[in-house]
Amino acid sequence: MIHVIAFYLFAIMVVCSGALTILSRNPVHSVLWLILSFFNAAGLMILIGAEFIAMLLVIVYVGAVAVLFLFVVMMLDIDFAELRAGFVDYLPFGLLLALVLLAEIVLGIGLWSAGPIELAQRAAPVNPELSNIQAIGGLLYTRYIFLFEAAGIVLLVAMIGAIVLTHRARGGVKGQNVAKQNRRRPQDATRNINQPVGQGVEL
Amino acid sequence: MIGLQHYLVVSAILFVMGVLGIFINRKNVIIILMAIELILLSVNINLVAFSVFLGDLVGQVFSMFVLTVAAGEAAIGLAILVIYFRGRGTIAVDDVNRMKG
Repeated sequence: MIHVIAFYLFAIMVVCSGALTILSRNPVHSVLWLILSFFNAAGLMILIGAEFIAMLLVIVYVGAVAVLFLFVVMMLDIDFAELRAGFVDYLPFGLLLALVLLAEIVLGIGLWSAGPIELAQRAAPVNPELSNIQAIGGLLYTRYIFLFEAAGIVLLVAMIGAIVLTHRARGGVKGQNVAKQNRRRPQDATRNINQPVGQGVEL
Repeated sequence: MIGLQHYLVVSAILFVMGVLGIFINRKNVIIILMAIELILLSVNINLVAFSVFLGDLVGQVFSMFVLTVAAGEAAIGLAILVIYFRGRGTIAVDDVNRMKG
């Protein structure tokens, strides 16, 4: 019973916060609603025992991606009201399309009368003795090690790409030239003078 | 009892929400990127639900790769957005076709 209540709570929260993400006027609010929907999706995943993915969702999405969105939204100085100009024009068509798509998908799921599905052969059957994270770790570091490394390379390329795209060499900024500093010798820079009393220094 | 189909319906609603978000916020690239994140989230819910209810862990491993790609996509998308804004002072998508390199 508590399981059913929790499922419906999380499901309704996911759907509502997803709707508010795309409907809210202020993009900062949009990001916050997006974070809420990620949290509730993580709750949905915990309910069926996929803890690792749920925690990954919270760490990666909420901790990294959503914060990145927040940074960019707050950094750009944009009149967001102007960007919403066509909102009402697009709404009827968009709603119509969305309803058609939703009806198709839900009808497809509902009319799916092939009976309970069963896999003929499981690629990685669940071992009830192992916890979720142990099982995924064992799978990820053995059979899917190359895919795992490929995912790492994808992230590396994304990081380099983002840095290359947004980096700019600013002109007129004084920086430190370490090589020039190290080349400098005392005889180039200073000299001893025997300063007579009562006279100015000739430089 | 909660079954696979409940999860599929939630994920379908979330997916449609993402598509609708792309449609109604056509000018605001930031919201479009968030809508894409919603779509990828619904894909993840789908993968995890199938993985658990069919007793096969590969779905969860793949869901992790989807997550990786989503993170990379968000980073690159926002970087492009930042340089686009730097050049033009706006993020309206209407005239993105004039970027020309």
